[in-house]
Amino acid sequence: MSDPQFIPPPVAGALDVESIRRDFPILAQSFRGKRLAYLDSAASTQKPLRVIEAISGFYTSRYANIHRGAYTLSELATDAYEEARRKTREFINAEDEREIIFVRGTTEAVNLVAQTFGRMEIGTGDAVVISAMEHHSNIVPWQMICEEKGAVLKVIPMNDRGELLLDEYEKLLTDSTRIVAIAHISNALGTINPVRDIIELAHRKGIPVLLDGAQTLAHLPVDVRDLDCDFYAFSAHKMYGPTGIGVLYGKRKLLEAMPPYQGGGDMIRSVTFEKTIYNDLPYKFEAGTPHIAGGVGLAAAIDYLSSFSRDAIIAHENRLLDYATRALLEIPGLRLVGTARDKAGVISFVIDYAHPHDIATILDTEGVAVRSGHHCAQPVMQRFNVPATTRASFGIYNTVEDVDQLVNALQKVREIFA
Amino acid sequence: MMDELRDLYQQVILDHQKAPRNFRKMENATASVEGYNPLCGDHYTIYLLVEDDVVRDVSFEGTGCAISKASASMMTAALKGKTRAEAESLFEKFHDLVTGKLEVEQAAGELGKLAVFAGVQEFPMRVKCAILPWHSMHSALEGDKTVVSTE
Ligand SMILES: Cc1ncc(COP(=O)(O)O)c(C=O)c1O
Repeated sequence: MSDPQFIPPPVAGALDVESIRRDFPILAQSFRGKRLAYLDSAASTQKPLRVIEAISGFYTSRYANIHRGAYTLSELATDAYEEARRKTREFINAEDEREIIFVRGTTEAVNLVAQTFGRMEIGTGDAVVISAMEHHSNIVPWQMICEEKGAVLKVIPMNDRGELLLDEYEKLLTDSTRIVAIAHISNALGTINPVRDIIELAHRKGIPVLLDGAQTLAHLPVDVRDLDCDFYAFSAHKMYGPTGIGVLYGKRKLLEAMPPYQGGGDMIRSVTFEKTIYNDLPYKFEAGTPHIAGGVGLAAAIDYLSSFSRDAIIAHENRLLDYATRALLEIPGLRLVGTARDKAGVISFVIDYAHPHDIATILDTEGVAVRSGHHCAQPVMQRFNVPATTRASFGIYNTVEDVDQLVNALQKVREIFA
Repeated sequence: MMDELRDLYQQVILDHQKAPRNFRKMENATASVEGYNPLCGDHYTIYLLVEDDVVRDVSFEGTGCAISKASASMMTAALKGKTRAEAESLFEKFHDLVTGKLEVEQAAGELGKLAVFAGVQEFPMRVKCAILPWHSMHSALEGDKTVVSTE
């Protein structure tokens, strides 16, 4: 039932999606006899063979604990882990490898900054500025430190399309503002925020900016030096890498001035019961045995992503976004939540005769994997006055066929409820 | 359409979600409890009027998915006139039904119309939806909580 008038013609140099799909064996499965249409990449992307094999290959022949052994295996493992750091630096164009801190994911990265930079810089009566479209992981850590310090959390409002109001934002930048923490791309609405303007406005007042890039790296290229952001947080599992590892980028000067996050092994230079001398960057922030194989998987994911033209990835996802947006708007009673002019491959919607939870159950029986709920952004749901939305999100492996399967499954929802 | 889906969204369930029974606030309730499922946003208040150990009236208001709303509606219809002990026993049987501990044939005898919720057995992720109103009712009967969460 795909309507050819909606399908924009493929462009020259486009992604070879059929070949990409072969890189993701999980997508070839069926459930209850239905082809899988995986449309939940904003929650987590699937993993290509290259990443899976890098991890199993590492455990098969190069694994040992790192940074402490004098034997060859430990050296091989350390090299592999540090190679991941080098690749990450290059991937986001940081100036220095020491600015790449490996953490569990975006959530830990934000908590790290809130608990170290925040604890040091935020005092009574100060303010932290976030936005109305943040994921809980970029709200709660700031709320916690604000509560502890007697500071206030200020929220940049958005319009009905799900775009931040920059005029209002400017008013929130005062002498008491200690940090601005903003999603680069909203996971609930798909909005791509004007982070360049956001950073510039904050910097004019000397205020540092943290970007939550959880949704970004799989879609847009990121150049932290060009953006001039002070901190950048992201998770490997949303960019075709493994779970359990993510990155906090921070400008070296800021990181050096910050106290350590957790205490333990690796983050120290010397320990006596009287005094501990902390290690240098990045190890100061990496207490304990890290997710070593995760680092290897992240490096493989970076290699994988880098093997495609970014323009082709963006064009592919925009094409699916346009196609899906038009097809969904044809469905009576369906309303999009999040219609920003600058949008990534995320479509949130509600249908007036069916609850998102029922929609997800019915779509699941049709092989369509989408997410229904508040997407860890309850304030966004409140802003749009909906209990929850259904969200379809795209990755490099999605096709027009996936979108058609979604649209056909939504017809089933209509048959049952309308 | 898939049989499992048909079993889940039976006509009775669809009827109740479209036109829920006893869907109102109760001013003279002897107990009321809010039930909330933060994961999907189901949110109801269950009102009870219990006199001489008998549920004289029961009503609810709130929003949520078809399964939770139909479950609340059919629960209110089933509970009116029941003693406290009978209400608790229905709760237990309903719980066993949706979690697959009670056979469908057996359920029809013991639960009457409520047996239509047997379809939930095939959808473990929806058990919470079906049970939320019952949990809230149970707490209201015990009078020990004012907010119930299924998470
Ligand atoms: C915008 C955004 N920020 C933060 C996170 C948290 O990422 P993680 O769960 O990997 O720490 C997510 C993931 O859902 C997200 O989409």
